[in-house]
Amino acid sequence: MDKFTTLSGVAAPMPLVNIDTDMIIPKQFLKTIQRSGLGKNLFDEMRFDDNGNEIPDFVLNQPAYRQAQILVAGDNFGCGSSREHAPWALLDFGIRCVISTSFADIFYNNCFKNGILPIVLPQEHVDILMDDARKGENARVSIDLESQTVTSADGQQFSFEIDPFKKHCLLNGLDDIGLTLEKVSAIDSFEAQANQSRPWV
Amino acid sequence: MTVAKTLYDKIWDAHVVHQDKDGTCLLYIDRHLVHEVTSPQAFEGLRMTGRTVRAPEKTIAVPDHNVPTTPDRENGIENPESRIQVDALDKNAREFGVNYYPVNDIRQGIVHIVGPEQGWTLPGMTVVCGDSHTATHGAFGALAHGIGTSEVEHVLATQTLIQQKSRNMKVEITGSLRPGVTAKDITLSVIGVTGTAGGTGYVIEYCGQAIRELSMEGRMTVCNMAIEGGARAGLIAPDEKTFAYVQGRPHAPKGAQWDAALAWWKTLQSDEDAHWDKVITLRGEDIAPVVTWGTSPEDVLPITASVPAAEDFSGGKVDAVRRALDYMGLKPGQKLTDIEIDTVFIGSCTNGRIEDLRAAAAILKDKKIKSGLRAMVVPGSGLVRAQAEEEGLAQIFIDAGFEWRLAGCSMCLAMNPDQLSPGERCAATSNRNFEGRQGRGGRTHLMSPAMAAAAAITGRLTDVRELTGEPVLTG
Repeated sequence: MDKFTTLSGVAAPMPLVNIDTDMIIPKQFLKTIQRSGLGKNLFDEMRFDDNGNEIPDFVLNQPAYRQAQILVAGDNFGCGSSREHAPWALLDFGIRCVISTSFADIFYNNCFKNGILPIVLPQEHVDILMDDARKGENARVSIDLESQTVTSADGQQFSFEIDPFKKHCLLNGLDDIGLTLEKVSAIDSFEAQANQSRPWV
Repeated sequence: MTVAKTLYDKIWDAHVVHQDKDGTCLLYIDRHLVHEVTSPQAFEGLRMTGRTVRAPEKTIAVPDHNVPTTPDRENGIENPESRIQVDALDKNAREFGVNYYPVNDIRQGIVHIVGPEQGWTLPGMTVVCGDSHTATHGAFGALAHGIGTSEVEHVLATQTLIQQKSRNMKVEITGSLRPGVTAKDITLSVIGVTGTAGGTGYVIEYCGQAIRELSMEGRMTVCNMAIEGGARAGLIAPDEKTFAYVQGRPHAPKGAQWDAALAWWKTLQSDEDAHWDKVITLRGEDIAPVVTWGTSPEDVLPITASVPAAEDFSGGKVDAVRRALDYMGLKPGQKLTDIEIDTVFIGSCTNGRIEDLRAAAAILKDKKIKSGLRAMVVPGSGLVRAQAEEEGLAQIFIDAGFEWRLAGCSMCLAMNPDQLSPGERCAATSNRNFEGRQGRGGRTHLMSPAMAAAAAITGRLTDVRELTGEPVLTG
């Protein structure tokens, strides 16, 4: 997993609430057995018509946002299924950060496993960043994970909260499994004890 | 003095392997369910790092999302990508030695129906799966939730998950349900109240008389859609109904182990004075048979209501409703019972169990579906299918004009050939009405099996009480 330390890039506005995982990556693209290559199908049914042509109105098809690395989105982004294909598709497209008032639980966790930073901000701050994002490619947003700040194009700074362990892993690009396997003796002893107390498991 | 705990607290505490200073926990996982869509990259990850499956005996694999539900599937899967995924699961399950129900095994079915049916799911367990509807297993008083593929790999390798604890929410349904009202109406009505993000950050415990009065099948329907309300998991405390359902299943404990298990399971209730971070109470008597009209499960109304207008909402929901009505091809003020449908889908991990098929068949007995309608029943497992055939339900469906399919996820998410065409409108017993969920441009109305059966007869969204002659006491 790539580290996430700082990011400065174009933010694309997606004010729609409840953007679900079926919108982010429709099910016909879940048949892959790889993690890569899903960026071309990101938001497929919003981005392309029935003939596979780009829908010009869709935000990521507009020249200003084709290189977007940040999404500013409506409430409850990523609701729906557990498909990690959603963050894989975002990452493959080049999105490294999503800002919203709230995220669905599983999607939120999946982001951290893939070097994507989901940032929760209060409505009034998301509104300001959404308005900025609408200004197009000149409106760059800067994010500093270490100091937990988002800086808008005109220098307004907003702080965000993040779980310290998740922050640590993201800053250092750490592999969760490797970290957990360092605690294998604790797992061994838990299992031995559970075999006594709950042998039916 | 002991601190009063919720059921969630108790299950959590019994599974903490290690706790960091910041509260991050390593939680032991008792059961890991695996299907073909969210696992190939996880098994590949194990191979690339030379890791293995720590507890194959606690891991259960079954293909469900991609499998065709037509009888010709025994000849293999036509779609090459689906075939590769199902073949990959077959290879991985055999190579890593996990429990496995292949496509042509009668025990095959939707992973969340197979787990309880085979007795893998037991009270007090932690259960995970790379699928958001893992919440279903909470009906047994098990802490069960969906995980992403990276976490699937983590559980395969370590039999643990790194977790932060959620907050406790109590959803109480008092009193009894009125005639014609079912578990599906409870769970949709709760989401109507909380919204799809109302449960974010919480584990919900459903309780109250109306929940106690539900069968295990009904309780699974309720917990299944906890995720649609945004919650990490839904739970129902185990009781005599739970124990009776579990006893004698292939992987349930037996003999002295059964007695020991039962003694512990009986302690799995929230303490009287446990702390709740949020409480929602609904009167069972107030819940009506409901349907969804929009593209989010929170877009739900009693069947007696009319399509709302965007202006009835506030904030970001105004634009979302405008978009939803356009997508769904509906006009504000239109009566829900005037909405004509093209297709009926009965099945899914929400409503693909035997009781669901009984409820639908009770409405369809000696009746025909509206001419020109496409209607299918997809049992949740091969065993549900066999039981329905034995009980004569299959013949009722066939006589009414339904297609009688083999088990799988089918049109709930349309990864197999069972899909809606653009503009096609479906009365569905599944769990999501998202844009494109059942096929690009497809229009989904969620409802109970009885309501879907009623819609099949009339060809429009229908109050099931119209057909049964039951009094319309709510709506």
